[in-house]
Amino acid sequence: MRNIFLVIRREYLVRVKKKSFLVMTVLGPLLFVAFYGTVFWAAASSVDTKTVQVLDESGLFRNKFKDSETLKFVFTDKSIDSAKAAFPSSEANALVYIPANVIKAPKSVRIYAAKNVSLDLKSDIEKVIEKEIEDIKLAEAGITHKILEDSRVNINSETISLSEEGEKTSSSGAATVIGGICAFLIYMSVFIYGTQVMRGITEEKTSRIVEVIISSVKPFHLMLGKIIGVALVGLTQFVLWILLTTALTSATSAIIGSQLSKESVQVAKEMNKAQVPGQGMPGGNVDNPVTEVLGAVASLNIPLIIGCFLFYYLGGYLLYSALFGAVGAAVDNDADTQQFMLPITLPIIFSFVFAQFVLRDPDGTLAFWTSIIPFTSPIIMMVRIPFGVPAWEIALSMVLLILGFMGTTWIAARIYRVGILMYGKKVSYKELVKWIFYK
Amino acid sequence: MNIIEVRNVTKEYSSHTALDNVSLSIPKGCIFGLLGPNGAGKTSLIRIINQITGPDSGEVLFDGVPLNPNHISRIGYLPEERGLYKKMKVGEQLLYLAQLKGLSQKEAMEKLKTWFIKFDIKTWWDKTIGDLSKGMQQKVQFVSTVLHEPDLIILDEPFSGFDPINANLIRDEILELKQKGSTIIFSTHRMETVEELCDHIALIHKSRKVLDGPKKEIKEQFKTHTYFVEYKGHLDELDPIYQILDRRVTEDGYFRSDIHLGGETNANALLLNLLSKVEIRAFGENIPSMSDIFMKAVNEVPEA
Repeated sequence: MRNIFLVIRREYLVRVKKKSFLVMTVLGPLLFVAFYGTVFWAAASSVDTKTVQVLDESGLFRNKFKDSETLKFVFTDKSIDSAKAAFPSSEANALVYIPANVIKAPKSVRIYAAKNVSLDLKSDIEKVIEKEIEDIKLAEAGITHKILEDSRVNINSETISLSEEGEKTSSSGAATVIGGICAFLIYMSVFIYGTQVMRGITEEKTSRIVEVIISSVKPFHLMLGKIIGVALVGLTQFVLWILLTTALTSATSAIIGSQLSKESVQVAKEMNKAQVPGQGMPGGNVDNPVTEVLGAVASLNIPLIIGCFLFYYLGGYLLYSALFGAVGAAVDNDADTQQFMLPITLPIIFSFVFAQFVLRDPDGTLAFWTSIIPFTSPIIMMVRIPFGVPAWEIALSMVLLILGFMGTTWIAARIYRVGILMYGKKVSYKELVKWIFYK
Repeated sequence: MNIIEVRNVTKEYSSHTALDNVSLSIPKGCIFGLLGPNGAGKTSLIRIINQITGPDSGEVLFDGVPLNPNHISRIGYLPEERGLYKKMKVGEQLLYLAQLKGLSQKEAMEKLKTWFIKFDIKTWWDKTIGDLSKGMQQKVQFVSTVLHEPDLIILDEPFSGFDPINANLIRDEILELKQKGSTIIFSTHRMETVEELCDHIALIHKSRKVLDGPKKEIKEQFKTHTYFVEYKGHLDELDPIYQILDRRVTEDGYFRSDIHLGGETNANALLLNLLSKVEIRAFGENIPSMSDIFMKAVNEVPEA
């Protein structure tokens, strides 16, 4: 036991003292904050006004194009040819040409611009024209704008989960986000830290220190020590990331203060507008989306999610890192690992891809089975848990995961024991199987 | 008293037999040479003694008791393929290895200090292993092997990679360790080392032990009862009990012959016989070198 502890301590300290660990620990939250900063900045800075010249031969659209924060419309009565000729010297960013017969031939509308027109601008202009033509056609059919407006309903349903504790407002949106984030974190850490275990073992093998070490430590203990040591490194990094990110975000928002929040609300509002075109005038009873999300998050069973996250994070990591370790022991150098990596990485990638489908249908047959089978359960079950999963399914999945990593650790230990002292031999799958059953 | 008793040990790998019913004893306090051509099974035997692998059948006794995990801290092992953590610092690494062998951090620290002074490597403590030369790394590894003052030290080709000065330093350390009561197993191909240092030897060839015992006795056993003589003059015929085996010309113009003595005579009689015939420059018994014994023993073993 003492030796396992010594191995864990070494593996942990060596990695934590590395410069790259420090860099990643500091850089991670910075990147996170920088990412969100850029998003807000980009959203805020895109609010610069563009001028659009409109040449309306049909006469239907005069005063229909409303200036917005981003677009300013200028009407011109020139002929199309002279307007085109004058365009480069004008200050306009685009020239919209609406021919006289636009109602009969809507596709004849043209947008001229010096550079390519952005998709946003194009769709903005198209929307106005489409709507106007629609209105005209509707009016011809005897339907007024008012009737149409009344017939439009905006549905933003609330999902209510029924449980024994009674009704509880939940939000499938929040569940989706949390499930997705958990799945992604598990996916990333299995890869990052599993590979670290593999590298560490190959390093010991290539530097030949392993023979010295296993003359003092049992190979199984050495392997286990490494796996646990790296797991602790991963946990340390997570905790530091969470602490640093929290500190950084609160510091940043304190500095930028109200400005940022004002902008973000504006951005959110604009997004709302864009998503619901033709909703007419805003400022109705739009709930603050932030409080809505916060409320939904609070409605989730947070302790359960955190508990399960830790369990599946560790379980998934243990299951896969043992296999990664076996690969590390079977080969002589990093370059040779490729051939054995595929069968290990495949189920991880597979479950990550599957997670997207499970997010849409968290209670389907596919979701059920993949969240029970140990190789996919760490990711898939984490996706399902925020949506609510029957206790017996969680229990079954957990028991199977424990059995699963005990199984992979057993297999890995047997490959490891033979592999670490085997040099200069290209190992085949057949050979590996032989090692497993080797007395 | 034997520190190690190997009894009928057999070890098989999927494609070959590494050890075939090998038995040998290693007396306490000696320097034991474990010899054999490449692939004979020496490393397999060493790994079994180190409990890295176990025998398929047979047993190994350490101090009269079957090998168990408590013995690990009483053995120091320097494998042929040297290796240390390249990115770790010298001091940290030695502390780690010593603690794995059961020393407390404090004990390890104290012992390391004396070794660092002895080898005059005080400035290395904070250096990374990868920055040291190969010879320097070897020194560090040697320290890690003997730091915990093991009763049994197993050295696989201990002098490879050392220049003559450092090889001498290590040799002196080995002799000192022996004096302090440690038993040392040498696995080597270098016969001059064996000649110089070993008291006992065992020769393993093709997974079997072909020879073992005290070096003196083995030399006796391999004596050819021949004498060499360097001389000037003609030596064509002698008494029939003396058999002239060959005649060569030495670099400086003398002749050199090997003469075999029959059972009932001795060197004095031969010398008397020679005196009357040739002008003698040198005379002596042909004592087999370890190298000769090695070659002879290996070649005598029939192809399996």
